[in-house]
Amino acid sequence: MTPPFAPWADPDAKPLIEIRNVTKRFGAFEAVRDLSLAIHEREFFAILGPSGCGKTTLMRMLAGFETPSEGEILLDGQDLSPIPPAKRPVNMMFQSYALFPHLTVEKNIAFGLKREGTPKAEIAERVTDIMRLVQLTDFARRKPDQLSGGQRQRVALARALVKRPRLLLLDEPLGALDKKLRQETQFELMGIQETLGTTFVIVTHDQEEAMTVSSRIAVMRAGELAQVATPTDLYERPDTRFVADFIGEVTILDGIVTAASRGGVGLSVMEGAPDLRIITPHTPPAGTQAWLALRPEKVSISRERPADADNALAGKVLDIAYLGNISTYHVALPDGSIIKAQESNRQRADRRGITWEDPVWVAWEEDAGVLLLA
Amino acid sequence: MTRTLGSRILVALPYLWLLVLFLAPFLIVLKISLSDLAVSRPPYTPHLDLTAGWAGIKAFFAALDFENYTFLAEDSLYINAYLSSLKIAGISTLITLLIGYSIAYALARAPRRWRPTLVMLVILPFWTSFLIRVYAWIGILKTEGLLNQALLSIGLIAEPLTIMNTNTAVYIGIVYSYLPFMILPIYATLEKMDESLLEAAADLGSSRLAAFFLVTLPLSMPGIVAGCFLVFIPAIGEFVIPDLLGGSNTLMIGKTLWVEFFNNRDWPLASAVAILLLLLLIVPIVLFQRQQMKQEIGT
Amino acid sequence: MTNRFSWFNATSLTLGMAFLYLPILILVIYSFNESKLVTVWGGFSTKWYGELFRNEAFLSAAWVTLRVGLISATVATLLGTLAAYALVRAGMLKGRTLFSGMIYAPLVMPEVITGLSLLLLFISIGMDRGITTIILAHITFGMCFASVVVSSRLVAFDASLEEAACDLGCTPVQAFFSVTLPVIAPAIVAAWLLAFTLSLDDLVIASFTSGPGATTLPMKIYSQVRLGVTPEINALSTLLIGFVSIGVILASLAGKRAAVE
Repeated sequence: MTPPFAPWADPDAKPLIEIRNVTKRFGAFEAVRDLSLAIHEREFFAILGPSGCGKTTLMRMLAGFETPSEGEILLDGQDLSPIPPAKRPVNMMFQSYALFPHLTVEKNIAFGLKREGTPKAEIAERVTDIMRLVQLTDFARRKPDQLSGGQRQRVALARALVKRPRLLLLDEPLGALDKKLRQETQFELMGIQETLGTTFVIVTHDQEEAMTVSSRIAVMRAGELAQVATPTDLYERPDTRFVADFIGEVTILDGIVTAASRGGVGLSVMEGAPDLRIITPHTPPAGTQAWLALRPEKVSISRERPADADNALAGKVLDIAYLGNISTYHVALPDGSIIKAQESNRQRADRRGITWEDPVWVAWEEDAGVLLLA
Repeated sequence: MTRTLGSRILVALPYLWLLVLFLAPFLIVLKISLSDLAVSRPPYTPHLDLTAGWAGIKAFFAALDFENYTFLAEDSLYINAYLSSLKIAGISTLITLLIGYSIAYALARAPRRWRPTLVMLVILPFWTSFLIRVYAWIGILKTEGLLNQALLSIGLIAEPLTIMNTNTAVYIGIVYSYLPFMILPIYATLEKMDESLLEAAADLGSSRLAAFFLVTLPLSMPGIVAGCFLVFIPAIGEFVIPDLLGGSNTLMIGKTLWVEFFNNRDWPLASAVAILLLLLLIVPIVLFQRQQMKQEIGT
Repeated sequence: MTNRFSWFNATSLTLGMAFLYLPILILVIYSFNESKLVTVWGGFSTKWYGELFRNEAFLSAAWVTLRVGLISATVATLLGTLAAYALVRAGMLKGRTLFSGMIYAPLVMPEVITGLSLLLLFISIGMDRGITTIILAHITFGMCFASVVVSSRLVAFDASLEEAACDLGCTPVQAFFSVTLPVIAPAIVAAWLLAFTLSLDDLVIASFTSGPGATTLPMKIYSQVRLGVTPEINALSTLLIGFVSIGVILASLAGKRAAVE
C-alpha cells in the first residue's frame, strides 16, 4: 500500500510555494493581513472563503498582478517579487476565462508558447497533445464565441497548462457553468491534475467544489486564514465556529464548561437539562464559555428517549425538510434554540411517523460533536 | 504593473496636445476679450512685450479691462441675440423631442430583424455633409420652392408661404439636422426596456395608454434627457443653419460672433461674445455631464 | 414578441424616414435637371456633373479637403486611441478630471468658439495660416471624437484579457499589440471613419483656421450657396452623398461579415 499523499505532514518536505507574512493594502484597506502558508508540489490546494475575504488578491499576488505590501512569496525558495507575471513559471486560468476573441482555439492555446519562442514543430505537438487531453481536438479552428461554456473553460485550462507551469492558478474556474456540468468538470479537473502532476491552486467560494477536488483547503476570512486542513479535518474538526458554519450544515450550541473528566468535558447548555458530554483534546478550565458544533447527520431523532445515548435532549419538531434520500428535522429545545437532526430514509419516510409539533428526543454520542473555544 | 518611460510619454502625448491646442487657446480668447480694438496687426491692443521685462508685463495687465463686456451688456443687440439663441434652441429641442420620440418608439417596437436596418437608416444622414443637408432645404423652402409649388398645386394655399429666411426655416433646419441625436439615445433606452414590464402593467390593470405614461415614459427619461442635451447644447451656438436658412432678423449668438469677427473684424468683441457664450453653455454642459455620470453609476 | 409593425409605428416610421430622406432625394433628383433654374424641372441631363469636373476651383478644393481629411483623421485616430487608453486603462489619476474634461468638451463646444480660439492661438504664436493649421485644428476635435468611440469599446473590453496575455509571457506593450489592438480594431476603424467624415464636413472651424490658398470643399460650397441654389452644387452634393452612402454601407457589411466570422 502506498502511503497517503500528505507532504504537509512531513516536517522535512520542502514546499513549492511559501507565503511568508504577506500583507496587501489598497489604501487603508487591508485585503490580506499577515498571512503565511506553504503549498507543496503536486497538491490540489483550494482557497475558500466568502466574497471579499481576500482570496482573489492572494491569488493575484501569486500570479504577479499585485505585489505584496509586506512579506514575501517564495517559489522553490526563490523570492518571486522581482519577477513580472510574464516571466513566472506560474500560469492562471481566469474567472472570465479571458480567451482572446480574435484567435481560434488552437491559436489561443499556442499563444504562450509562441511568446516563449518555442520551435514551431514543438508548439504544434504540445498544442495537439493538450487539446486531446481536454477533448478539444474537433474545435481547434473555432473562435471562442462559437464555443459552449464548458468548452471555453477547457480552452482556458489548456492555454494555461500547455506552458507546463510549476503552479497553475484557477480563479473560480467552474463558476460560470451550470451545476451538473460543474460536477462533471470537477472530476475532469482532478483527472487532469493527477495525469500531469502540476500543482493546482484553486480559488472558490463554493465549499462543495473545494471539498470535492482538493487535497487541502485554506479557509479565509477577512484577509486572514481561518484554518488550513484536509477536507475531512475541516469538516470533522473545525477550529472555529466560523469554519464549522461555513463548511456544511451545523448546529452550534453555546454553553459553559463544567467539569473535565475521561478525556472530555461537560458542557452546560440549558438550565434543567443534564450537562452534555463531549470528547475533546482541549482542557478548558471550568466556567469557560464554549460551543458545541454538531453535524446534523450525527444526531438521531426518536419518539422515545434512547436508552444508551451519551447525550439526549427533549424537544419539539418545528420543521421537516424532506429531500428524498434524507430528511432534516429542525427540533426546538425548551429554551428556543434549534438542533438539526438528519435521518437517511432507509424506510419510506411516511412510515417513520414523526411529524410537526411531535415531542421527540435528539441524541448523539460523546465523540460526535466538536468543542469550540472560538 | 510596471510601465516604461516610453509608454508614459506615449500616453501623455494626447494630453499635451489638448493642453496646447484646446486649453491654451481659451486663455488667449479670454485675454483678447479683455483687450481693445486697434488698427494694427493683429487688430487689438495691448500686446505682451516681454522685451520690456517686468514693466512690460505690468503695463500689459494694466491695459486689460472689461470694456467689451460692458459694451455687450449695454447693447441690447447682444442680449437679444443670447436670449433669442436660447429660445430658438429650446423650441427646436422640444419639436425634435416630439418627432424623435415617436420615431425612436416605433424603432424600438419594430420587428427585431428590421431594427438594425432601420437604425442604420437613421444614422446614415448623419454621415452625409451637414452643410449639404441644410442646403437641401433652401430649394424646398424658397418662395418659389418645391414646398410652395406642391401646396399651391393641390390648392391648400392661394399664395406662397414665406418660410425661407424666417425663424420657422431655422426651426426646420435644426430639427432636421439634429434629429438622429435625439432618436438614438431614446431608442437605446427603449430598446433595452423589458417588455414584460408592460405586460405586468396590463396585468395590474393599466390601459395601454396609462402603461405608456406610467412605465415606458419614466423609464425612457435618461434617453430623453441625453437627447435633449445633445440637441440643445450645439443648437445654441449654431452658425450654419441661421446663416443659410434664417433671415436678417434671425438673431443667434453663433452668427453674431461670426459677423463680429469676419465682417466687423472686432476680435476683442468677438472674443467677449465667445466667452459669454461659453458661460451660457457651462450650465447645461455640467448638468449633462452630471446626468451621464449618474447613468454610469446607475448601470 | 413583436413580429409586425403596428399602424401607429408604421406611420411614424414612414413619416420620419420621409422627413429624413425626402430633402436629400429631391436634391439628388434635381442634380439631373437640365434647367439652370433649380426648382423647375427641365428634363433629365448630366451636364452639371460635366460642368463640375471642369471647374478647377471645385477640384482643387476637393483635393485640399481630401488631404486634410486623410492626414487629420489618421493622426486624430492615433492620438484618440492613446487618449482613450490613458482614460480607461492607464489610470492617470492625477489630472484625470481635467483630461476627460478636455476630451469631452470639444464634443459639445460650439464650432464658432473652437474655431475662433484656435485661430487666435495660431496668430499669437505667429503661425502662417493654411492647410497645416486646418489639419492641426481638425486633429484636435477629431481625436476627441475618436477617443470617445475607442474608449466605449475599451470599457467593454475585459481587462483580464491583457492580464492573460501577460501571464502567458507578454510584456504590457506586447500585450497591447497582440491582444488589445486586434480586439478593439473595429472601433479604431470606426473612429477613423468618424474623424475623416467630420473633417470632410467641417465648415466653421476650417473657415476660421484657413489662410489664403487653402480653401476646403465645404468653404467653397458655402460661398457658392450664399449666392443661391445652383445645379452644380446639387451635382456635387449628390456625388458626396453617394460616396458617403457607399462607404457606410460597405463598412457596415464588412462589420457584419466580421461578426459572422
